[in-house]
Amino acid sequence: MKKDVVIQMSNAMEATPIAHLVQLANQFDSRVYFEMDNKRVNAKSIMGMMSLVLSGGSMVTIDAEGEDEDKAIHAMENFLTT
Amino acid sequence: MGDGAKLSVIAEKLNLKNFTSEIDLSQHEVHLADVNRPALQLNGFFDHFEAGRIQLVGMVEWTYLKSEQSKEERIKSFDKLMSYDIPCIIFCRGFVPDDKLLSHARKRDIPMLGTERGTSEFMAELIHTLNYELAPMTSIHGVLVDVYGEGLLITGESGIGKSEAALELIRRGHRLVADDVVEIRRTSSNTLMGSSPAVTKHLIELRGIGIIDVKSLFGVECVKENQRIDFVIKLEDWKRETEYDRLGLEDEYMEILGNQVVCHSLPIRPGRNLAVICETAAVNHRQKKMGYNAAAELYRRVQDNMSK
Repeated sequence: MKKDVVIQMSNAMEATPIAHLVQLANQFDSRVYFEMDNKRVNAKSIMGMMSLVLSGGSMVTIDAEGEDEDKAIHAMENFLTT
Repeated sequence: MGDGAKLSVIAEKLNLKNFTSEIDLSQHEVHLADVNRPALQLNGFFDHFEAGRIQLVGMVEWTYLKSEQSKEERIKSFDKLMSYDIPCIIFCRGFVPDDKLLSHARKRDIPMLGTERGTSEFMAELIHTLNYELAPMTSIHGVLVDVYGEGLLITGESGIGKSEAALELIRRGHRLVADDVVEIRRTSSNTLMGSSPAVTKHLIELRGIGIIDVKSLFGVECVKENQRIDFVIKLEDWKRETEYDRLGLEDEYMEILGNQVVCHSLPIRPGRNLAVICETAAVNHRQKKMGYNAAAELYRRVQDNMSK
């Protein structure tokens, strides 16, 4: 399951929100990936997420697969847009 | 703009001088991994001219222009060349274009770069660099370590112990290329080159400890910029029903960017010493490349026994 999300956080690029985002992704059993530009990184890995440039206004595709993929995508989207 | 190689990257890698410093090289891209010596074009012959190539001016072009053409003709020749959408002109052997020429280049927004090096030798390296920069690229979740000169890519689910395995390998004298995100370039149909994104270079994330900087903690000998990927070890949870390779007679493969890479699936169980297994897999892989296969040797001995 995939969903495109436009990031609406002002401090999205900084380290602490990314760490929180990774922790959040780790709460789900599904595999969660972020796709941006031509990169695809595992949302459960902090270094991977740091290597993305997650700045406000940019678009990212969230890709989750597994039992709780709906919940995972919903939680990720919530985090990025509020 | 898109999947080309930025001229600024090429210029930095090859240490090129920018004569037209007003032009921002990061705004210019090259899309072809090939170069052209524009001798014929400077003489006015433009049939079959491939404008996407970098134009390289060496001794032949330079001497021809100096001896056969007047200054006005020279400017005209270059202006004609620059009326095509060429990525840039590079002057080799320390030749310096004059101001008049440079002002034409600025007007046309075509960068003029220079190097002190000899043309042929420089051309070889330029094509090599272009091939690398323009190669198809992907990123994979995993760890890349140079083990006895063999590029080992360790993959597997989050939290299975890739970084821990890498750390142990590093402490045993092997070298880290990338942790977590490995950028892979397909430079030929049998070569995959891996490197780390600039942001995470030399860093490892250890669960419970945090981020550690391998280069500053353990020294320069523990890290490497890029490495050819020779084989893959896929870490997985031990499952009873899965069949794991017991002999190694036939190799399993994994596809990365269309290239086939040898892949071993390695079941994880408490108490398995991953680093030693990785080291052994690396030397074994090397031995196979040299033409000796222990599994084939075992098979041969069994056959021998049966025919006695």
